[in-house]
Amino acid sequence: MKVALFITCFNDTLFPGAGKAVVRLLERLGCQVEFPFEQTCCGQMHVNSGYAHEAGGLHERFVRVFDEFEAVVSPSASCVAHVRERIPSIGPRVFELTEFLIDELGVVDVGASFPHRVTFHPTCHSLRLLHVGDRPLRLLREVRGIDLVELDGARECCGFGGTFAVKNADTSMAMLSDKVRHVLDTRAEVCTSADTSCLMHIGGALSRGRTGVRTMHIAEILAAQE
Amino acid sequence: MSFQSAAKVTLRDAQLRRNVGKATGLIRAKRERAVAELPDWEALRDAGEAIKARTMATLPEQLERLEAAVTAAGGTVHWARDGAEANAIVASIAKQHGADEVIKVKSLATDEIGMNEALEAEGIHALETDLAELIVQLDPEDKQSHILVPAIHRNRAEIRALFERTIAQGQTLGYEASAIAEAARLHLRHKFLTVPVAVSGANFAVAETGTVGVVESEGNGRMCLTLPRVLVTLMGIEKVLPAWQDLEVFLQLLPRSSTAERMNPYTSLWTGVREGDGPQEFHLVLLDGGRSQVLADEVGRAALHCIRCSACLNVCPVYERVGGQAYESVYPGPIGAILTPQLRGLGEAPSLPWASSLCGACYEVCPVKIDIPSILIHLRGRVVREEKSSLTPEALAMKGMAAAFATRRRYEAAQRLARLGRGPLAKAALPGWTAMRDLPEPPKETFRDWWRRERES
Repeated sequence: MKVALFITCFNDTLFPGAGKAVVRLLERLGCQVEFPFEQTCCGQMHVNSGYAHEAGGLHERFVRVFDEFEAVVSPSASCVAHVRERIPSIGPRVFELTEFLIDELGVVDVGASFPHRVTFHPTCHSLRLLHVGDRPLRLLREVRGIDLVELDGARECCGFGGTFAVKNADTSMAMLSDKVRHVLDTRAEVCTSADTSCLMHIGGALSRGRTGVRTMHIAEILAAQE
Repeated sequence: MSFQSAAKVTLRDAQLRRNVGKATGLIRAKRERAVAELPDWEALRDAGEAIKARTMATLPEQLERLEAAVTAAGGTVHWARDGAEANAIVASIAKQHGADEVIKVKSLATDEIGMNEALEAEGIHALETDLAELIVQLDPEDKQSHILVPAIHRNRAEIRALFERTIAQGQTLGYEASAIAEAARLHLRHKFLTVPVAVSGANFAVAETGTVGVVESEGNGRMCLTLPRVLVTLMGIEKVLPAWQDLEVFLQLLPRSSTAERMNPYTSLWTGVREGDGPQEFHLVLLDGGRSQVLADEVGRAALHCIRCSACLNVCPVYERVGGQAYESVYPGPIGAILTPQLRGLGEAPSLPWASSLCGACYEVCPVKIDIPSILIHLRGRVVREEKSSLTPEALAMKGMAAAFATRRRYEAAQRLARLGRGPLAKAALPGWTAMRDLPEPPKETFRDWWRRERES
């Protein structure tokens, strides 16, 4: 199957590891992955910050770049949710990684091996906009050697929320400190999720607190063969 | 004060955070159980949404039908453009009956227009009879912080101390909830039996029959609605329902979403006046108070569907941390963040549409399916376009980024800048971020650089 990778501007610039893992994983599962260089940003930040009129051109650009592909896969639940809602002409062909693996490729065991203690934070947009349900957990449960620990208050927002994290920094931090407490309670080595934006936020506090807990995108665990 | 500044203050109050966190956590779990009992819950939500949308589309007609039906049943209908008109109407009715005191059923609409203060200025004391409203009223420093549980930010020890200082007149009340409540009961009972005028809000008013309804848990409402000679009900115009049958839907949706009960303990429905039974004079004041303005906004108008259940407050991670007072409105939480700026005018509360991480928990529980996150985004757009200069640093940064993302060449140049910690976004965001969180080390190469190196060389 030929698929286009929609990396997102955020991952492209700050978290290339998530994208590399998606490529490794999909190729291992027999997909032919293409990366359209013309892709930039889907416009989510503009729309959610009140600048929808600045995002129109980005929506048009998205369609121009990806229209030739049958399937577009992305390691960001949040950006996929945005595309699906705001760019309906292409929305149904754009998939978040775990949706693509289970619904389109029909695999649950992706042949990964990751012998570490891991906890999973289901992001708000994957839960409440994309309705991915337990797909990420089903994939993680099949990983060899993984010690998957349930996260208390998992469905609750970590406090990132895009510009919310900066505009309402104090409230955002109050939310984050509860999320981090729950992560630490699991005694996991790794906190994973379907969005690096939430992970940057959670990881920023884990690092500031010198907790030693790492954050990894779920693609990096599913691609791992340790 | 902006939401950000107000939240900074309330976030520092550790006791408040514990009180609100504990209470919302409890009621959240109870609501989930109450809702799970109904196999047709989603169908009920759809019905609630549809009835509200249809009502809003025919609002003028429904209100005129309501007026005719109430009048035919012996009531008097008053129309109030704004809070000042509504308060003047209520004050003049109280004065006609020589009342220097009125008893009140919990009502958000009266709080919205500051009726207690307006009546006080006319020499009429408005006594709150809902327990939580009474708690808030007894402390001049205090303010409501929740739609359903106005004193949610107070714990038992604080309330006991407050009552001992005020209505219990120096008695020691002990730590039992029943003993503390008894002090309020004794204080109020005398008022129910002697004050001649009551003021209430309304949960619903049925246009078809002219029936007005109030649901409550304490029975204070039932006494206010039946014992005094004169009853004045203030109601926002959006509370009208076309048909009696519509109550079937809302009397299921409201209690389960609100108090997590199958049915609320007291449901009072009355139609005009009846000789020898209940109040002999009934006035219905219909309040616009900015609602027509809200109705004109095609996206924002769904905020008027709200039935004031407070489920969105109880699940909101922002509300849970900052409490209701940070919203500086009688409508706090997610619904307040979309209702207050629309009712008052965006310029009066421009920071409220940003008081959300857009996590979507509110939409998930709303019994009439108000898409609060989408309305928040819509209102952010309106604030940006209507209330702010296009030359703010943020507007310029957004414009700059849109331009940078418009071509591949500019985008790749912007990436290089961003990785060096420069560029408009990085500049605007960095201090707020790094005060409490570390930034990740910038990667050695972008994804596209890696792809170019690995795949295309």
